[in-house]
This record gives sequence, C-alpha cells and structure tokens, in this order.
Amino acid sequence: MAHEHKLEIFRGLLKFKSNVTKIWGVFTVLSIVTVVEVALGIIKPDFLTVNRFMAMKLLNWIFIILTLFKAYYITWDFMHMRDEVKAMRRAVVWTAVFLICYLVLILLIEGDYIYEVYKNNYIKFTF
Amino acid sequence: MDATVAQTGTEGKTWGGGNRPLNASYGKMMMWFFIVSDALTFSGFLASYGFSRFKFIDSWPIADEVFTHVPFLHGVPAPMYYVAFMTFILIFSSVTMVLAVDAGHRMQKNKVIIYLFLTVIGGLIFVGSQAWEWATFIKGDYGAVETNGGKILQFLDKDGKRVAIGEFATTIPTTAETHTEGNGIWYMEGGTKTSHTYEEVKAGFLANENLLIRDQELIPNMEVLRASEDLADKQEVARLERSYINLDETGEKAIYNREMSVSKLVNDGKLVVEGANLKHNEYGTPLFADFFFFITGFHGFHVFSGVIFNLIIFFNVVIGTYERRGHYEMVEKVGLYWHFVDLVWVFVFTFFYLV
Repeated sequence: MAHEHKLEIFRGLLKFKSNVTKIWGVFTVLSIVTVVEVALGIIKPDFLTVNRFMAMKLLNWIFIILTLFKAYYITWDFMHMRDEVKAMRRAVVWTAVFLICYLVLILLIEGDYIYEVYKNNYIKFTF
Repeated sequence: MDATVAQTGTEGKTWGGGNRPLNASYGKMMMWFFIVSDALTFSGFLASYGFSRFKFIDSWPIADEVFTHVPFLHGVPAPMYYVAFMTFILIFSSVTMVLAVDAGHRMQKNKVIIYLFLTVIGGLIFVGSQAWEWATFIKGDYGAVETNGGKILQFLDKDGKRVAIGEFATTIPTTAETHTEGNGIWYMEGGTKTSHTYEEVKAGFLANENLLIRDQELIPNMEVLRASEDLADKQEVARLERSYINLDETGEKAIYNREMSVSKLVNDGKLVVEGANLKHNEYGTPLFADFFFFITGFHGFHVFSGVIFNLIIFFNVVIGTYERRGHYEMVEKVGLYWHFVDLVWVFVFTFFYLV
C-alpha cells in the first residue's frame, strides 16, 4: 500500500527527507518545548508571575499556549492528521475544540462566581 | 426477486457503500470516534478541576510544594523533575509507536516488533512511575493538622522551612488503638491512627516558641489591595496585616504570626492528617487529592489498557498475523490510541503540575 506523507512542518519552513526523519524532528521539537516548560516551571520568572493578561498570569498563558502547540504536533504528525483529508481533520478537531471551549468557559466563569460569593459573603469555608 | 431492490442507483457514489468515507478505513474512523468522545470525557474532568480550582483560587495547593520527590533521592527537594521525566518517557514511547507504524507501512516486520516492544516498555515505566507517585502522595510528607472547618494547618520554623510533626510532637502515653470492624459488636470503625495525636502535636507546638503555622491562604497582590479605596479592601488589608508575617511574598502561602498560630491550632485544630486520601489531604483542600487520584488514575488506566492493547498487537505481529493479512493497519489503530494517551498527558501535565 502506498502511503503518502506530507513531510513539511512549520508551514513548509522545515521539510524532511523521509517520514522517519520527520518523526525524529517532531520529537526534537516536542522535547525542546517540554524542556522550556519545565525550566519556566522551576524558575518562575517574576515578571511572568506578576503581570497578568485577562486575569491570568503570563506564565500560565505561556504554559497553555505551549501545551496547545505540543497537542497540535502530536495530533498532526504522530496521529497522522496531516495526511488525512480536510473534512476528516475538521470533523475531529472543530467538534472537540468547540465543545471543550464551551465547557471550560462555562465552568470557569461559574467557579469564579462561587469564589466571589465565598469571599464577599458570610460563608468562609465549607469543605 | 422483484421485491428486493438490488440497485439503489448510488453505486460508486459517496454514500453507496463499499467505499471509505473521508478516506479512512472503518477501523480507523471508529478509533477517531472513540478518541473524540474520550477527549470530551477527559476535558470534562479537567474542566471540573478548573472549576474547583477557581472556586478556591486563593487557597489551592501549590503543585511545586506537593510533588517534590524523585526516587532514590530521599529528602532532596526536586519539584517537577520526576514528572518531567515521566512526560519524556511518554513522548518517547509515542515516537517509538509512530516508528512502528511507519515500519508497518513498509512491511518491515522485524522493525515493527522492536519498536512495539520499546513502546510497551515505555508504557510500563510510565505506569510504574505513576504508581510510585501515588504511593508518595498517599504516604505524605510533613503531616498537618486539620481544623474543625476542614482547613489544613502546616508547620514551619522561623525561617519559613517546613517542619514535620514528628520533629516536635511530644509523646503522651496512650492506650488508644485503631478500632476495627472485626473487634466490635457494632459495625463501626475508629479513625485512622496517626503517628502522633492532635494533643501531642499541640503540646509540642506550645512548648516550642520557634514554630509557626500556615493554612491554605495565598497572599494576594498587596500593592493593588493597599492602593484600593474600597472599605472591604481596607478591612482585608487590616486583617492580613494582623495575621500574617510574609505579606511581601505574593502568591506564596501566608504564614501566621506566632500568636495567631497558637490560636488557630488550639481553638480550631481537630485531628492530625498524614498523607492524602479521598477525605483528608495534608497538602491542602481534599478536592486537590480527589482530582489528582481521579484524573491521573483515569489516565493511568488508559496507559495500562494501552499497554495491554500494544502487547496483543505485538504478539500478533510476532506470529505474523499482519504479514499474512498484507497490511499493518492494526498497528496504526492502536498507535492512534497510544498517541491519544500521550496527548491527554500533555494536558494533565500542564494543568496539574505547571499552571
């Protein structure tokens, strides 16, 4: 069976000669990202923990963005999403992304609301 | 027969059957269905973790202080290193898996065998590491006292370093034993017997002037709070200044002054907590432990079942099943599952250990 693999990542910036070298390349990218994450998690630079964007620490934004970055390459290259047809990619990714965003948004807003109730009212600690 | 419609007029068209919608085989498509639904299950767990965390945003345990252990390095605080190691193991086993899939496409049986074997080994190391991490978490570290209200009081010395309860608790002779179901007429069990009782910890704490207590509260950004004109904020600043000694350390756990420490322990203290289970958790709110057990447990179960699937496929490869079948698509399908497990871990790692 002939299996076509798209061999370029970073929007064509990096093109590999074979599927095997691409796998090792993606592994390298994921490792570097993980090392950066762990290093940031251990050092926790002050300016990233003090400054906030949309009520969240910059450090946490960096972690979440890097996580999505890793998720993209795991799905696209390890799970071969890059080689699937466009409709397949969208059916899987858009469905999940939409539902997850909705769920997270609703639950976090609700959690924050309950926090405010605990903080500004008489109940201080229940469990 | 005339009653049977033999021709539908859709032959060769997309929905006519016999073709592969979206160019994916039936098995792969169903694996993707499963992965999407499983992804939603995991995001349900992680989102509810986020919900509880936002609910207790100013008193949530700091993961760096909880997961500080590395095997064979007893007593050396090394936050994150071991989980980072686990993450690498899982990513690497993902690489060997995708290499096995690639070798399968080329019909290179021996390479598939080697790579699948390495994948299984990686999975086993990961599950083992997780078991060790659970054991360490359950066993606990320094011990703490739980208050009547369910808060956790942890002990520190004057320099802000954690002190284990065993280091200062006095010994009060007691004949107390854990009451088990088997010994009594009534079907009741006594509380867990800890290495020291609350009374012993209290006596030791009162005798040692250098000890302080912190509870779960995290220090807010004092600059912002002090600048506020709001009356409630002014009262909050007054309360914080009255109670705590380390208000300059934003985001760290607030430490009570000695007077408040004594009052908290004597008036509110109830029982000693060592380690964590689903009801009590020496690191902070029990919800943290509940979610830890549930989410990493559910993920660990996925890794475990992934290892089983990989082993089955591995043996099938060894006896030549796919060689005879003419293609190695089964390797690709379990591969999808295996990568998904890795994908979930990337998120668990971020939201449990990093953020």
